[in-house]
Amino acid sequence: MSGRHGIRKSRWLPVYVTAYLAFLYLPILLLPVFSFNNAASTTFPLAGFTTKWYASLWGNTAMLAAARNSLIVGICVSVLSTGLAICAARAVTRYKFRGQRAATGLLMAPLFLPEIIVAVSLLMIVLQLGLELSLATVILGQTVFCLPYALSVLISGFDGFDRSLEEASLDLGETAIGTFRRVTLPVVAPAIISSLLVSFTISLDEFILAFFLSGTEPTLPVYIWGQLRFAAKLPGVLALGSLMIALSIILITLAEILRRHAENRLKAGAAAHG
Amino acid sequence: MVALPDSIDVESKQPLAGSRRWASSDEAKGLTLISPTLLYALALLFLPVLIVIAYSFWSQDYLTIDRSFTLENYRVALSEPIYRDLLWRSLTISLAVSLITVTFSYPVAWFISFHGGVHKNLWLFLITVPCWTSYLLRVMSWKVILGYQGVLNTGLMSIGLIDQPVTGLLYNSNAVIITLVHSWAAFAILPIYVSLEKIDRSLIEAAHDLGDNKVWSFLRVTLPLSLPGVISAFLIVMIPTVGDYVTPKLVGGKDGVMIATAIQAQFGKGANWPLGAALSVTTMVIVSAMAGCMVLALKLFVRRIK
Repeated sequence: MSGRHGIRKSRWLPVYVTAYLAFLYLPILLLPVFSFNNAASTTFPLAGFTTKWYASLWGNTAMLAAARNSLIVGICVSVLSTGLAICAARAVTRYKFRGQRAATGLLMAPLFLPEIIVAVSLLMIVLQLGLELSLATVILGQTVFCLPYALSVLISGFDGFDRSLEEASLDLGETAIGTFRRVTLPVVAPAIISSLLVSFTISLDEFILAFFLSGTEPTLPVYIWGQLRFAAKLPGVLALGSLMIALSIILITLAEILRRHAENRLKAGAAAHG
Repeated sequence: MVALPDSIDVESKQPLAGSRRWASSDEAKGLTLISPTLLYALALLFLPVLIVIAYSFWSQDYLTIDRSFTLENYRVALSEPIYRDLLWRSLTISLAVSLITVTFSYPVAWFISFHGGVHKNLWLFLITVPCWTSYLLRVMSWKVILGYQGVLNTGLMSIGLIDQPVTGLLYNSNAVIITLVHSWAAFAILPIYVSLEKIDRSLIEAAHDLGDNKVWSFLRVTLPLSLPGVISAFLIVMIPTVGDYVTPKLVGGKDGVMIATAIQAQFGKGANWPLGAALSVTTMVIVSAMAGCMVLALKLFVRRIK
């Protein structure tokens, strides 16, 4: 059997890749399975179908408060990190300047740092400044953490952008702001929305920074962390966790669809210009 | 605005014109545009890290910080058996995790790049989806899977493969390693995939035509050319893993405690910031050095077989 380029395809490789995917998906598929299980323990064989664990979430005011906190934090973080990343991505893709590599390196650094060190250092500076730990400190911290992701999404979205479109608009008498709004924005909008969704998802699921910086207002992961000590609370946590996993997958799928849409449009544009 | 006096002399006008030209240059525009983001990262990433480093050389007496220079924290961090053991274990675990993750992920990246066909993007998406779901929940799920009364044990018992639950699945270093390998899989696959995509396929064909078999053409052409991806995969897995907090806490038990727990303790009830800072800095420095050695070893290995 021979693939393209004369590179032979092993019969075992697809089997291996399937097994690898199963390993990746096993943990996130198990939570939903047990969240519908009519037993307080996570054991096989399953004990029958129930939705009572989901129903119990509705009356849980502490959980609802945490969900509200997560929503506030998620929205602020996604807007803030995407806004900051737009500036940086535009600067990097449009202009050449000294220190560009160092600047990008700094912005990407959180990817290469243990999160606990970022968290501890932020905690020190916040307390040093005499600020109270609150949702605001979580927002500030998570934004640093989301920047590398937002930046990569936006750089790839801005990269193929045809500058001659903007120049034409400016030549035709449109102002810089008008050009941005009417020429640039429509082309890069999918990448921007994609970045918003990705940042929101990361913020929603982020635990360490929220754990260190949240003070008395927990986000959902911090709330879950507190519940894990009690074995009896596990089924409720499984139900909540399943909802969060479903939400993450929906958001990330949307982001991917938008990203690919933008990519195709840029490709089509480049092809039209020859 | 105050108008400039007319009597401005020529010498001072010259640099003004120069700076005006600079202000409209690409360089100035680029720097202006990136400055908000950069200032944000400097204030909330760079500065905090500097403060951690500064603290690591200070000392604390109850609640007051003594700002005179001392290496005492580093002496404690490196010589106290408890910290030494935790550091050692964290480093071995992160080394094991990065080796296992990169080794097991490489074939997957290879498969997508060489045999993904028109569905490459879909494959990549499928691989990364689990990685976007909550990390805390995934670790919790592993706890549920590996527990004594967990999914794996009760599942195997109900199909009759084992009579009694297997102990030793959970609450040890192995459980930590399995969970971390799972967490970081996508981060290893992506950089390797990117570097495999850049390889000119005709080079591999040439190696085949010149009589290299599959293994040799892989070792002499594909692997060396994909080395940059392998290296970034190593770095992106090894360095963050060393400071993982959640996994050892949830699935590590007594034998799987890592350095992050000790760092966290210094900022919680134990409250010794300088020591916590020194532990953080020590961990970062040692893991970076270890990662550097790994990169060097990989490069040497590849040069040898080429």
